[in-house]
Amino acid sequence: MKIAVCMKRTPDSESRFKIAASSTAIDETGLKFDMDDFAGYAVEAALQLNEKAGGGETVVYAVGPDNVQETLRKAMSMGVDRAVHLKADAVPVDGIAVAKALAAELKTGGYDLILFGKHAFDSSAGVVGTATAELLGLPCITAASQLSVDGGTGSARRELEGAAEILSFPLPAVVTIDEGVARPRYPSLKGIMAAKKKPMETKPAQLGSARVTIQKMELPPERPAGRIIGEGSAAVPELVKLLQNEAKVL
Amino acid sequence: MANVLVFAETRNGEIRKVALEAVTAARKLADATGGGEVHAVLAGPPGIGEKAPLLGTYGADVVLVSESADFARFARESLAATMAERARSGGYRAVVLGFSAQGRDLGPRVAARLDAPIATDVIDLSAAGDTITVKHPAYANKVIMTLAISGSPVVISVRPSAFTAVQAPKAARVDTLVPVAAQGATVTVVDVKEGAKGRPDLGEASIIVSGGRGLKAPENFKLVEALADAFGNAAVGATRAVTDDGWRPHSDQIGQTGRQVSPDLYVALGISGAIQHLAGMRTSRTIVAINKDKEAPIFKVADYGIVGDVIEILPVLTAAVKAAREGH
Ligand SMILES: Cc1cc2nc3c(=O)[nH]c(=O)nc-3n(C[C@H](O)[C@H](O)[C@H](O)COP(=O)(O)OP(=O)(O)OC[C@H]3O[C@@H](n4cnc5c(N)ncnc54)[C@H](O)[C@@H]3O)c2cc1C
Ligand SMILES: Nc1ncnc2c1ncn2[C@@H]1O[C@H](COP(=O)(O)O)[C@@H](O)[C@H]1O
Repeated sequence: MKIAVCMKRTPDSESRFKIAASSTAIDETGLKFDMDDFAGYAVEAALQLNEKAGGGETVVYAVGPDNVQETLRKAMSMGVDRAVHLKADAVPVDGIAVAKALAAELKTGGYDLILFGKHAFDSSAGVVGTATAELLGLPCITAASQLSVDGGTGSARRELEGAAEILSFPLPAVVTIDEGVARPRYPSLKGIMAAKKKPMETKPAQLGSARVTIQKMELPPERPAGRIIGEGSAAVPELVKLLQNEAKVL
Repeated sequence: MANVLVFAETRNGEIRKVALEAVTAARKLADATGGGEVHAVLAGPPGIGEKAPLLGTYGADVVLVSESADFARFARESLAATMAERARSGGYRAVVLGFSAQGRDLGPRVAARLDAPIATDVIDLSAAGDTITVKHPAYANKVIMTLAISGSPVVISVRPSAFTAVQAPKAARVDTLVPVAAQGATVTVVDVKEGAKGRPDLGEASIIVSGGRGLKAPENFKLVEALADAFGNAAVGATRAVTDDGWRPHSDQIGQTGRQVSPDLYVALGISGAIQHLAGMRTSRTIVAINKDKEAPIFKVADYGIVGDVIEILPVLTAAVKAAREGH
């Protein structure tokens, strides 16, 4: 199968964040960056689907400045065949603008399957994949927690609140990936060496106009410091009293 | 004056709580943009129209009933087409949905079809002039973004429970909205597997009792279930350590890559409090933690912590909660 995976370069989710002086961005000093978590699951899913089918091609796409090349290279070190860098000075927070750039490029790619993360860690939006599918006029499954392909037909599972949908869809299609499909592999040394020679194409991103902009970023209010009320079962009566009289949840 | 269109989500023939919250958010937006009307699309299987008055109770001026056998399940393409077509022909200022499993899927579809800007998972909104401004938690709830959205219409999905549904009774006018069929290749819903009955969804529960690896074995989750029962209508959650090991289904996972929840009470049992877990529950109103390690990071966010063996404490706590609720 010919599979495309779109990924975003995002800061490591374990980081502690500070707001930059501009107050419209985070302070990137000292942060580690990698592909966004769910896109990582998507890369793994794509590699496994093609390994199982015994062939095909896996291609990664990222919209962003030159630093996304490092992220694309990492995907190639995991086993992806080639990368396309859609160059932009910055990634707009407007997901539709990004989707337009990706759709313009993927339109002629001849892919059987185009995978995205269900949402990117930084934007936490969940827009780009589904919007790209719509712009391409392809069937789309969002937030698949299981995915398989048999011939020209895909199957997926998707969690609803308190239930799950079992879905079937014709290829070509777009799927946005939830956790559960696959955990990303670590690149091997051999993979890292091989990635250096794999092709990386760069072209300008045809972003749509950005109609959503960041006006302000702030850290959420801190929780008051935690309090240990006691040890073992002996503390239970005190806890219940606090839940009744202070928290008023009982 | 600008009207706002709302997607009033239904499931199994019932209007969902997120739908009423979306109506409340839409009402707020309509007021902020000059006092227009709120029109709610009530899509579901034949007969769903009977539920229309409920939307009026929460402030919908017009209920657009769209009945189709397909809408008994989540017919994503047809619902998106129906919403987009109505938004276009009705000249609305905004389309509002809940940021639920359905709304997460539909929002970007509707936005792309309308070529409209979209903001998702919104916790607050306001408007001034031609700009709508929303608050959106990003970076897995570690940063709050204020986003300015220009253009019209805009698509906005609201985080479940962020807007409290308030009654604002109206004798809503009821109209029929003809469903728009999906075009081209579509997704088929082969089956819908209903989860365990009798427990509220994690996103809707006001109390969540959640277990981690400190419970030692999957069968010990029956102690967690028992505490949830003692609280009455509580939901049961889990950490990724536990869902990875198959003790609980993935759909129970709370955290950065699982569900994000904000109940009145969150009880963390044998949970270390890894940053990715905290990302999913730190906005809970009251947090209780039981952990045998007094240095566990969960205690940094717990309003009430007990240091000790969760297996030993759970039955005692369950009995005490039961007694308290029975008024002893
Ligand atoms: C990209 C990424 C995404 C992630 N997403 C999520 C997510 O969405 N949700 C999530 O939960 N995790 C997530 N994780 C995993 C997270 O980092 C932790 O590994 C996980 O939350 C730990 O689960 P735990 O607290 O159950 O287990 P542990 O960390 O193993 O903690 C068990 C705790 O139980 C205590 N304990 C042991 N025995 C007892 C006893 N008898 N009585 C009382 N206490 C006891 C221990 O002191 C310990 O604190 C993610 C990780 C990554 C890298
Ligand atoms: N700049 C980008 N370049 C390529 N893919 C992206 C970009 N931004 C987002 N994506 C993809 O879209 C998914 C959802 O992103 P978002 O809509 O921002 O939550 C991500 O997991 C990626 O797969």
